[in-house]
Amino acid sequence: MDFIAIINLALGELVSPITATFVLCAIGLSVHFGFTGLLNFGQAAFAAVGAYGMAIAILTFDAPLWLAVIAGMVASVLFALVLGIPTLRLRADYLAIVTIATSEVFRYLMTTIGFAEVTGGSNGLSQFGAEFWALNPIPAGPTYGFGPFSYRNDQLYMIVVAWTLVIVGALILRLLMRSPWGRVLKGIREDEDAVRSLGKDVFAYKLQALIIGGLFASLGGMVFVINLSNVQPQSWGTTFTFLIWTVLLLGGAATILGPIAGGMAFFAIISITQGVMGGLVNLGWLPFLTQPQVGQIRFILIGLSLMLLVIFRPQGMFGNKKELQFNG
Amino acid sequence: MNRQVHTSVMRLGRIATIFAVLFALLFANASMGAASAAPLHHDATASHTAALAAPLAAVDPNGSDLLIKGTIKNDGKGVAGIEFRVTGNGVDEVVTSDKDGRWVLKVANKGVYEVAIDLTTLPKGVELRDPTTLKREANLTITNTAAVLFPLGKSTRVIQPLWQQALIRVFAGLDLGLLLAVAAIGISLIFGTTGLNNFAHGEMVTLGALFTWLFYMEFKWPLLLAAAVTIFLTALSGWLQDSALWKPLRRRRLGLNQMMIVSIGFSIVARYILLIFFDGDTKVLSSDFTPVALGVINTTETTLWSMGVSVVTLAGVAWFLTRTRLGKATRAVSDNSSLAAATGIDVERVIRIVWTLAGALTGLAGILYGLQFQANWLTGFAILLLLFASVTLGGLGTALGATVGAMIIGMVVELSSLFIPVDLKYAASLAILIVVLLVRPQGVLGKKQRIG
Amino acid sequence: MANVSENDQIAIGTAGPGCKKVDPILVATGVVRQFGGLRAVDVAHVEIPRGKITALIGPNGAGKTTFFNLLTGFDKPDEGTWSFEGKDLAGVPSFKVARLGMIRTFQLTKALSLLTVIENMRLGAQEQPGENFLTALIRPLWRKREAEITAKADALLGRFKLDAKREDYAASLSGGQRKLLEMARALMSDPKLVMLDEPMAGVNPALTQSLLEHIKDLKSNGTTVLFVEHDMHMVRHISDWVIVMAEGKVVAEGPPATVMKDQAVIDAYLGAHHDTDLGTVGSKTVATDTATLKSTAKETD
Repeated sequence: MDFIAIINLALGELVSPITATFVLCAIGLSVHFGFTGLLNFGQAAFAAVGAYGMAIAILTFDAPLWLAVIAGMVASVLFALVLGIPTLRLRADYLAIVTIATSEVFRYLMTTIGFAEVTGGSNGLSQFGAEFWALNPIPAGPTYGFGPFSYRNDQLYMIVVAWTLVIVGALILRLLMRSPWGRVLKGIREDEDAVRSLGKDVFAYKLQALIIGGLFASLGGMVFVINLSNVQPQSWGTTFTFLIWTVLLLGGAATILGPIAGGMAFFAIISITQGVMGGLVNLGWLPFLTQPQVGQIRFILIGLSLMLLVIFRPQGMFGNKKELQFNG
Repeated sequence: MNRQVHTSVMRLGRIATIFAVLFALLFANASMGAASAAPLHHDATASHTAALAAPLAAVDPNGSDLLIKGTIKNDGKGVAGIEFRVTGNGVDEVVTSDKDGRWVLKVANKGVYEVAIDLTTLPKGVELRDPTTLKREANLTITNTAAVLFPLGKSTRVIQPLWQQALIRVFAGLDLGLLLAVAAIGISLIFGTTGLNNFAHGEMVTLGALFTWLFYMEFKWPLLLAAAVTIFLTALSGWLQDSALWKPLRRRRLGLNQMMIVSIGFSIVARYILLIFFDGDTKVLSSDFTPVALGVINTTETTLWSMGVSVVTLAGVAWFLTRTRLGKATRAVSDNSSLAAATGIDVERVIRIVWTLAGALTGLAGILYGLQFQANWLTGFAILLLLFASVTLGGLGTALGATVGAMIIGMVVELSSLFIPVDLKYAASLAILIVVLLVRPQGVLGKKQRIG
Repeated sequence: MANVSENDQIAIGTAGPGCKKVDPILVATGVVRQFGGLRAVDVAHVEIPRGKITALIGPNGAGKTTFFNLLTGFDKPDEGTWSFEGKDLAGVPSFKVARLGMIRTFQLTKALSLLTVIENMRLGAQEQPGENFLTALIRPLWRKREAEITAKADALLGRFKLDAKREDYAASLSGGQRKLLEMARALMSDPKLVMLDEPMAGVNPALTQSLLEHIKDLKSNGTTVLFVEHDMHMVRHISDWVIVMAEGKVVAEGPPATVMKDQAVIDAYLGAHHDTDLGTVGSKTVATDTATLKSTAKETD
C-alpha cells in the first residue's frame, strides 16, 4: 500500500475547491442552525439556486460574470424570502420537513423537461465558465506549489478564489456573531419567546439569518459548479445537505472556525479511509469488499459520523460544550 | 448486463403492452409510462446516486474502463449513423452508431451522464417509440458500464379520453395511497409515542422488498413463506432499532431534534449497507403479471392482491388500536405519555411494541411495493418524503390521520400528472405537503394544540 | 403595607370587579379566549392602576397566565379590546408591545441559558443600532451605545447582586438567580409596566425577601407592576391592589386587606382552607384543591 500517495491525496483534499464548497455551505448553515437554531434541511437548495442563478444569467441572458454572480446571490435571497416568510413561524421539526421538501421540489423543477430550455433539464447546464477562466491572472507554465500541493495555473486559480471566499466568509461571520445582531440570533436560538418579550422582531431576525446563511451557500454552489464546469440537478439531493450537516457538526456548529476545520478534517478523513481500505482490498485483506464498494463505505462513514457526533459530541471537535445545545 | 439488455429489447417487441411498460421501467431510466402506477424510485434513484458522485468523482481512482454504450435498432435491425451526444462530468462528446446500431463511449469519471439522441440523424420514416424522451441518463456511479437504449418504431402510446385517464389515475392513486398508508402508520405511531421524526423509516421499506426478493426470487421459497420470514425480520429490525439505538438515546435524554439528525445518519448508514449487500441494480420481485381488465383500467392480479392485503392490514391496525388493551395503551401513550405512565401503563414496553409493529407493517409495505413496482436499495428512501407528507397531512401522530393523508398523497401524485408533466408528480405531492403545513399545521385530522 | 389613603386614590367609587381607576395604565374590555369549548379567559372589564403594584391572583386554571399572554401579544383573544396608555393593542405583535414599554417575564424562567449573564442583560436593552444587520458589520456605529448599555447592565447586576456571575452562562445560575436575572433584564429597557408571571415560584426563601424589595423598588422608581402570584403572603405584603380571577373571570378586586376578607373570594379561591391563616397558604395546597374550587367559583358569578 502506498501510504505516501494516500497521505498526499488527503492533504490535497484539505484545500480542494470541493472542500471549500462544503465549508462555505457549512458557514451558511452555522448562521442558520448554530447561531439561530433553525433546522434547515434544505441547504442544498440554496447552493443550487446560487449555481443555477449564475449559470442561467450567463447562458440565457448573456450576463457578464460579476453580474451573474450577483444574479445568483439575488436568486438565493429571493429563495430565502419565498421559503422563509411562510415557514419561519413553524415549529422546528415542521421547518425541517418543509425545508427538505422545498429543496426536493426545487430539484424536480430543475430536472423537469418543461423548463429544459433554461435549466437544461436533467442534463443540466455547462459552458458557463469561460469568463471566469479567462480572468485567471496566473500565467500558465510549470506547476505551482510543492509536493501534494502542486497545481496547474487554473487549479491554483480556482483554489485561491474558493478559499478567499471562505476566509472572507469566516471574517464576516466573526464580525456578525460578535455584534449585537449576532447576540439577538443567539438569544433566538435559546428561547425565541424570551427575545420577543424583550422587544425584538424575532421573525425579521430569523428571515435575515436565513438570507445571510443562504448567501454563503449560494456562493458555495457557484464554486462547486465552476470547478466541475457543469450544473446538474442530481447533485443537489438530500445527501448534499446532510454532508453539509456532517461537516458543520464535526467542526462545531456555533463556532467561527468550526465549518473550516470540519470541512478539512472530514474530507481528509474520508480520503484516508478510502485510500487505506482500497489498499487493503487490493492486498486481499478485505475479501468481502470490492473496489467500488470501498467507495460506498464513505457514505457509511458520513452517516456514522453524523450519528456519533450528535450523540456524543454535539458541540463538535472545536466547539465549547456550553456553546451549543439542540433545542427540543 | 449487455446481453440481458439485448434479449429484453427483443422481447419488448413481442409481448403485451403491460410487459413492455414494466421492462421499460427496468432498463430505460426516464420512462414514466402512461399506464404505470407509481415508478417513483427510478427518478429518485438516479438523482440520488449522483448527488455525491459528482463532488467526489474527482477522487475516484478507478477511472479507466467506464463505458456508456447502447444499440439502436429498428424492426430488430441495427441502424447506423445515428448520433448521440453524451454530456456530464466535464464530458461533452458525440458518438455515432455503427452498422449494427452499436455505439460506445469511454469516459474517465464515475457519475451520471446524459445521453441525447439527435433526431435529425434518424433515417426517414423512423421515429422514437417514445417521442417525448430525447434524453436518457447513463448512471455510472455503481456499475462500470451503462446501457442506454432508445427504442425506435411506431409510438405505442394510445391517446385516451380524459375521463378514462382520470379513472386510471384514480385507481393508481388508490393503489399507491394504500401502500403509503401501510408504510406511514409506523412513522405515525413512532412519532406519536416517542416524538421522533424517523428519517430511517424508508430503509425498512427497502429491507422488506429486498429480503423478499432474496427469499422468493433467489432462494425460490414460496411467496407466502418468503413474505412471512421477511415480515418477521423487519419486525425484528424494528425491535432491534429501538432496543439498541433509540431506547438508550431516550435514556440519555437526547433532544428530539438531535434524535431526528441521528435517524438521518442511521438512514444513510443503513442505505449503504443495503447497497453493499444487495448491489445497486433494480430487482424484479415477481414473475407473475397476469393482466386483469377492470373496464378501462388494466391492472394485474398482483396489484389487486396487494390492494386487498393493504385494506385488510389497515383494518387490522384500526381494530388493534381501538379494540385491544395494548392498542388503547398505545393511544394513551401517544396522547400523553406521562399521564399514561401514571395510570400504570409501561410506556417503554408500549414503545418497543410500536417499533416492532412499525417494522412489520413497513416491511409488508416494502413487499407489496416491490411486487408491484420492483425495488432497489433506494426504494424506501425515494418514498420517505411521501410518507412524511402523508403523516403530516393527516396530523402527526394519529394512525387514522396517516391513512387519510396517505390516500390524499397517493391521489395527488397520480392525478397531478393529468395537469402537470409526469416528472413533476412527486414535486406536486411535496408542494401539497408544504401548503398544508402552512395553512393547517395540525394536519387534516389533527387536533389544534393549545398554545402557551 | 397598603394604607387607606393610597387605596382611595386607586379606584373611582367602590372597589369591585371591573371598577374604574383614577389613572389606569392598562385597560381591557370584553377579552375572551376559548380553548375548544372552554372559556379560559372571559374578562368583562379590568383596569390596572398606574404607578401601583397590582397582584393578579386566583386558583390554578383561573386563566391568569393566559390573560397575561393575551395582554402582551403572545396569544390572540377571540374577541375583546385592550389598550396600554390609551394605545389600542389588538393585533399588535408581542415584540411591539414590549417596545411600548410593557415588558413581561415568564412563569418558567426564560433565561437564555447559553448566553452569559451580561449578554442576557445587554439583550434587554432597546435602541442598539448594532442590532440592525447592516450596522452590525461596522463596529464604530454601535460601540458607544454598547458601552452605555453595558454600564447600565452592570449597575443593574450590582443592584440584583448578580455582578459576581457576570461572565457565567445563565445555565449555571440557580432557579432564584434566574428569576432575578429575568427581572433585571426586563428593566434594561426602562419599562413603564413590568408584568411578572409568578416571580416567586421556585425561588428559595432566602431570596424571596430580596425579590420583594426589588419589586417595591420598582414602584418607588415610578414603574407600574402587575404580577401573578399564588403566594398570599407576598400578595398581602407588597401589593396595593388585588385582582382575583376564577374560571377566566374577574370575581373580585380591591385593596389586599379588603379582598382577603371578602367571603366570596375566600369561598371561591381558598375553599376548604378558609379557616387557616391566609398568609401561610402555599401554592401547593391551593393547587390540589382546584377541583373543589372550580365548583364553588361558579356559584359566585
